[in-house]
Amino acid sequence: MTKTLRYAGLAVSVLALTAMAAGAQEVVDDQLVVNGEIPIVTEAPAPDYASALGTIRSGWTFRSEDTQMMQADDFDNPGMLGVEAARAAFNSEMGTGGESCASCHDDPESLSTVRGTYPKWDEEHGTVQTVEMQVQECQTERMGMEEPYGYNSTDMINMVALLSSVARGTPVNVAIDGPAEATWKQGEEMYYTRYGQLELSCANCHEDNYDNMIRADHLSQGQINAFPAYRLKDAALVSVQNRFRGCIRDTMGETFAVGSPEFVALELYVASRGNGLSVEGPSVRN
Amino acid sequence: MAENVTPRVRVPSEATAGEVVTIKTLISHTMESGQRKDDQGNVIPRSIINRFVAAFNGETIIDVTLEPAISTNPYFEFDAKIPESGTMTFTWYDDDGSTYEDAHDITVG
Ligand code: HEC
Ligand code: HEC
Repeated sequence: MTKTLRYAGLAVSVLALTAMAAGAQEVVDDQLVVNGEIPIVTEAPAPDYASALGTIRSGWTFRSEDTQMMQADDFDNPGMLGVEAARAAFNSEMGTGGESCASCHDDPESLSTVRGTYPKWDEEHGTVQTVEMQVQECQTERMGMEEPYGYNSTDMINMVALLSSVARGTPVNVAIDGPAEATWKQGEEMYYTRYGQLELSCANCHEDNYDNMIRADHLSQGQINAFPAYRLKDAALVSVQNRFRGCIRDTMGETFAVGSPEFVALELYVASRGNGLSVEGPSVRN
Repeated sequence: MAENVTPRVRVPSEATAGEVVTIKTLISHTMESGQRKDDQGNVIPRSIINRFVAAFNGETIIDVTLEPAISTNPYFEFDAKIPESGTMTFTWYDDDGSTYEDAHDITVG
């Protein structure tokens, strides 16, 4: 307890100094330690294929002090409510076999390598799978559920938040070569495609203009290491692909569906741009 | 009826006599304002936590009236001076008549 409090006081003063030295725009602080015990890498050298960024930075480094602090303590992070709900679901029977996730996977902690390495090539299905697709696969093929969790349902987002929470602090490290390469290339192409009436690509905002203000918002690099994200604006956890949908909609464009092959490809590519950052979700964002 | 309502509190288990400690509380609750409409255009009835009380050894520390504009999962953080060992109790009052309670002991050593 006292440790957490002391940490909180320290972080606040460090932030205050940074803000004074660098001006209000730039709240750069790589000192995120969750619950005073899980250090999070929020800045790292960019991988070759994202060299335009120089340094990759978690969206956390772009948020205001208050929002940053909410993520430093699970008690203050509203996203943890979803994690708790999913932990209960993980241990509850579902489907026809009378099994729970725990029947085969012991506990969520045993799946701590998942969030940092997905989307991932699945040999059996011959496709790149997101965490959501893998959960649906277990539900339909192994638990006899005719109606698995919807891709963007609250139950699913909570489950992904749980798998993310147990992986916090582990590196994002998605594979982009071998059988995943074609999907990754497709995602890369999408990242540089201009969408919508505004004709803006992801890169126009998140590569060319991160750290600038877009209206009242401080543009980040659009990393996804911190998803699902609890958005204060929605008072709810938001999935990666729902965020993609929102960003494309903001260009006044027709968007792809959440769970579509296009968004899976984009997710793999965007995830790879964060290779080297820590898994951070569930995060808090505005 | 409100569903999945779970109170949470964080209170230090020890304090020195007269120490001012920070208490954090949160209750998961939709806090439906009564101002919103569903897909069919019907008003979704109001359902909120309308009052929160914390007491130490029976003496009220804080007594809050909550209004419909307060967002989902209301969070309260406050300081309290701890004169002696005792029990801190927390009570949330729901529009539907239910109350939710939690209690934590603090030892003054
Ligand atoms: C009947 C046993 C069974 C049940 C029940 C089950 N799974 Fe699985 N799960 C497996 C097997 C076997 C694999 C490995 C299959 C593969 O790699 O494609 C797996 C793989 C996974 C993975 C990927 C692991 C990795 O390292 O890549 C995740 C995530 C997962 N399951 C989540 C869940 C969740 C969440 C539930 C409950 C909704 C669940 N599983 C229920 C058997 C099960
Ligand atoms: C018009 C500018 C614009 C475009 C184009 C755009 N975004 Fe965004 N995006 C934003 C803004 C503003 C935010 C909120 C502030 C921030 O985190 O950058 C955001 C946030 C995000 C986030 C959340 C980051 C975090 O840490 O919370 C992700 C992920 C993201 N965008 C991905 C994308 C992807 C992928 C594309 C292309 C399909 C895209 N964006 C296109 C403006 C844009």
